[in-house]
Amino acid sequence: MQNTYFVDGVRTPFGKAGEKGVYWNTRADDLIVKSMIGLLDRHPNLPKESIDDVAIAATTQTGDQGLTIGRTSTLLAGLPLSVPGFAIDRMCAGAMTAVTMTGSAIGVSAYDVVLAGGVEHMGRHPMGDGADPNPRFIAERLVDPEALNMGNTAEKIHDRFPSLTKERADAFAVRSQQRAAAAYEKGYIQQDLVTISATTPEGVRVVDRDELLRPDSTIEGMKDLKTPFRAGGRVTAGNASPLTDGATISLLAGDQAVKQYGLKPRMRMVGFAFAGVEPEIMGIGPIPSTEKALRKVGLGISDIGLFEINEAFAVQVLSFLEHFKIDDEDKRVNVWGGAIAFGHPLASSGVRLMNQLSRQFEMRPDVRYGITTMCIGLGMGGTVIWENEFFDGKKS
Amino acid sequence: MKLDYFEELWANQDEVITHSYVQDVKLQSGKTLALITLDNGKDHTRPSTLGPLTLKEFSETVEALEVRARAGEIHGLAVTGKPYFLAAGADLSKAGNLASSRAGRLFVELGHFALGKLGNFPVPTFVFINGLALGGGLEIALNANYRTVNKAAPAIALPEVFLGLLPGWGGAYLLPNLIGIRNSLKVIIENPLKQNRMLSPEETFKLGIADAIFEPQRFIEDSVAWADKVIDGHKPARKNKPGLFEKLVLWTPAVSIARKMLKQKIGTVPLAPYAALDLIDKAKFGSKEAAFKREDEELEKLISSDQFRASMYAFNLVQKHAKNPQGAPDPKLAIKVQKVGIVGAGLMASQFALLFLRRLSVPVIITDVSQERVDKGLAYVRSELDKLVEKGRLSVDDRNRYSGNLSGTLDLKDFASCDWVIEAVFEEMKIKQEVFTRIEEVVRADCVLATNTSSLSVDEIAKVLKHPERMVGFHFFNPVAVMPLLEVVKAPKSNEVSIATAMKVAKDLKKTAVITSDSTGFVVNRLLGYLLGEAMRAVDEGIPFEEVADAIAPLGLPMNPFDLLELVGLQVGAHVLDSMHGFSSERFYKTESLHKLAKYGKIRTKDSKGNPTGYDPEAIKIVSGGTRKRTKDQVFEQLVEGLAKEIRLMLDEGVVQSAEDIDLCMIMGAGWPFHLGGITPYLDRVGASQKVSGQSFHNPMIKGV
Repeated sequence: MQNTYFVDGVRTPFGKAGEKGVYWNTRADDLIVKSMIGLLDRHPNLPKESIDDVAIAATTQTGDQGLTIGRTSTLLAGLPLSVPGFAIDRMCAGAMTAVTMTGSAIGVSAYDVVLAGGVEHMGRHPMGDGADPNPRFIAERLVDPEALNMGNTAEKIHDRFPSLTKERADAFAVRSQQRAAAAYEKGYIQQDLVTISATTPEGVRVVDRDELLRPDSTIEGMKDLKTPFRAGGRVTAGNASPLTDGATISLLAGDQAVKQYGLKPRMRMVGFAFAGVEPEIMGIGPIPSTEKALRKVGLGISDIGLFEINEAFAVQVLSFLEHFKIDDEDKRVNVWGGAIAFGHPLASSGVRLMNQLSRQFEMRPDVRYGITTMCIGLGMGGTVIWENEFFDGKKS
Repeated sequence: MKLDYFEELWANQDEVITHSYVQDVKLQSGKTLALITLDNGKDHTRPSTLGPLTLKEFSETVEALEVRARAGEIHGLAVTGKPYFLAAGADLSKAGNLASSRAGRLFVELGHFALGKLGNFPVPTFVFINGLALGGGLEIALNANYRTVNKAAPAIALPEVFLGLLPGWGGAYLLPNLIGIRNSLKVIIENPLKQNRMLSPEETFKLGIADAIFEPQRFIEDSVAWADKVIDGHKPARKNKPGLFEKLVLWTPAVSIARKMLKQKIGTVPLAPYAALDLIDKAKFGSKEAAFKREDEELEKLISSDQFRASMYAFNLVQKHAKNPQGAPDPKLAIKVQKVGIVGAGLMASQFALLFLRRLSVPVIITDVSQERVDKGLAYVRSELDKLVEKGRLSVDDRNRYSGNLSGTLDLKDFASCDWVIEAVFEEMKIKQEVFTRIEEVVRADCVLATNTSSLSVDEIAKVLKHPERMVGFHFFNPVAVMPLLEVVKAPKSNEVSIATAMKVAKDLKKTAVITSDSTGFVVNRLLGYLLGEAMRAVDEGIPFEEVADAIAPLGLPMNPFDLLELVGLQVGAHVLDSMHGFSSERFYKTESLHKLAKYGKIRTKDSKGNPTGYDPEAIKIVSGGTRKRTKDQVFEQLVEGLAKEIRLMLDEGVVQSAEDIDLCMIMGAGWPFHLGGITPYLDRVGASQKVSGQSFHNPMIKGV
């Protein structure tokens, strides 16, 4: 048995999904390959042969995201042929699952070094594209067909918790944009972006910044946005994460490798949990997964000093905060903004959360524990608890 | 008897044949089960049905397996269906067209011949009810020795009585002998008459129709394993199987009670339920062969009857005709209704609000003359939503959703964003005109305005509008949540967008919409007004209530006219008569006596359960004083002729496009029975239509052979 560490992580700048997006003409596998090379370039002393496995997640595993993308990407990245790879799918928590599964393998010393990440080109692969759900779902009313549309599941959170109003969701979304803008201002985000050259109708662009940020968002401007999921709804393009293209990847290592290759881990994986909820209201998934994870490692919510919650929808974060009696504006939560501002390329997002948490740990030696958590389509939540390697035992 | 006996049925070329495919299944025990799958090769939109050629193939398949069973090659025989269906019953598209009663008789006998083989097979027989099993579909299962049922089967029933038939492929004998007299009365008689209620798989198992119930994931696998045990000697318990005591002591009294209740509920005109009762009564003793013969005879009569043909006509009206509304503009013209405004917050308006909230799932705003009335309306809707939650018919999430979508206001400006505004204010021209004038000032140019008027001219109401083309009539029937009909009134100036939108809204409300012209009483009130007027005319003439009710009884309506008057409300009834009289004083009767009765409050006397027992002495006194001029027969004759004349006029005037529309309206809006086919097939048959206009409504007439 050994400890599992998050050493480092990078991502592509996130792009707007669809024809108008910067990556419309860029392949998904190229996005993950460039990320992989970008990450390994930062660790020249790590022999590439030492990588025991490469786990790459994608929700829609067809076309340029198909054919066992974890393996094709190692070949395309020029990794030694001896390095294996595999593909993973847990919808939005793909990269998170890539980390927890390979991380666990490090824990039992099956692996020492792994790459874990995800890619989602939602422009080329709209969610659910090509899926063929079992007709039993409808025939036996196992799941409300509405639950296959994530926006509807977010509306349902508003239904279930009338205290979570559209006003609160809008205010949260505006704060996310402002916090992301502030983090950009300070260069916190850019440090872990790999630049991507992308062919566009206007020529090749070198992308070095997230495309979807809306730093000028205001509550006033959000008030009258359309509610595309229902008439009289509360979920808008303003208080939800946009459809996004992007890739993320992280480097994980065990005690042995850290020592051997002189790696500088930023956080240690303390434990994790996944939990299922009604698919119709998948956004509340992080509540049971967090409770379960805390229970398993023997910590309480008050031990957590920093939270990175994926903002699939503002209301889904609010349901988490309200459950744990955390203020909407709490300074421990999504300090640098979240998916509402950056975007949410489904299977990639887990590693973005981890990387941002690890960078915040670096700046906050007073904080010992943090969590990354996200809701997952078809009714799940995932939570990983991390310990800050920079923790110095002093109160801030 | 051999298959050749049925030869004349094979000529039918256009049957969608449900094939019988056989696979041998090796059982755990080492024995072999032959598994027949019924599959018509079509997708889920076309359930397997049982026509003559289907039964022929099934019969031949079972005969071949019988040889194998005798040779010891197979140890059990099971039947199941294609995914989601066992079978949806006899192919009635054929039964409704059988040219002679002999063909009908043959078809019934063929069913007994084919399905009956499962009951006389050398090794145990099973039916795995994997999905929908209706009528003859379920009777396949009843003819077998054992049955299993899939927990996810969507509908299981013997709906024959609902269609003017009876379960005559063994159902009327096998079912009571399997699950007892009371349970079988429920399945064969009560359920079909309760809007054709179906059984859930759990009920099917609890009643003892199925011997075992399994989860859907491995239904066939589990059924096969269970059959293996039965073949090996395991006997499933059948606690509802009637014993001698039940047959000797309980059986016949239960049938007489059922007969009495039937009489009270539907009168004595419909044939099928009583024929089914007789067969169930006789099912307690005697051989299966004799019972099957009785079924042959009864079904032959029913299949050849006027009532069955009318029922099939009505069934097709409701199932097919209603889904393609006549005269409806292109549905694509409809505007998307994202917010509904309701003027009025009284009971009717509140019921609208509830319905729109639940079915359209869009914001609904109500208004009225005072905050107090608005608050009362909002409170009513919210309490109704809470009641639905308590009954488990609405989730808390949806309650919150609908409740959040509901708002009230005194400021009409809040209606500005509505796409659809409907009023339910007092039935007076001036008031309605004033309401719409004020609404039009605030709403968008493309907002559709709907009036729920039952007696005023929609065109007249629309006269005050700058854009009268946006107004439609949208006439609900009480109780709004239950009654399936909506009369969508196309006034002379209503444009296609408004009508298309109204039809779309009606569809979303899950109502059956019929487009009518802007003519007093539209369809239902006009004909009911006529009928009730004639009943009151006879009463005023001095014919006692009871005798008037008797005179009209041959029509076979489920309710006598005075019960109906009480149901719609005497005051409302009086109002309908007055307004119809205003429309045509020659044809429509109005009377002060109904106003007096309304003021007094009742016509009938009732027992503690609310069942009518007789006529109130005071009511009798109120209407006394007439001098009788007509016999009962004359009253009836003039009534049916008057109805025929009125319907002919309505068609000539273009109130609706067809006699089918009229019948659909009367079935869905006034609860007129299937066995009348609404009304026009009946008027044709009794010669009334021919007599008043020289032509029948249907050509050929809808009648038996």
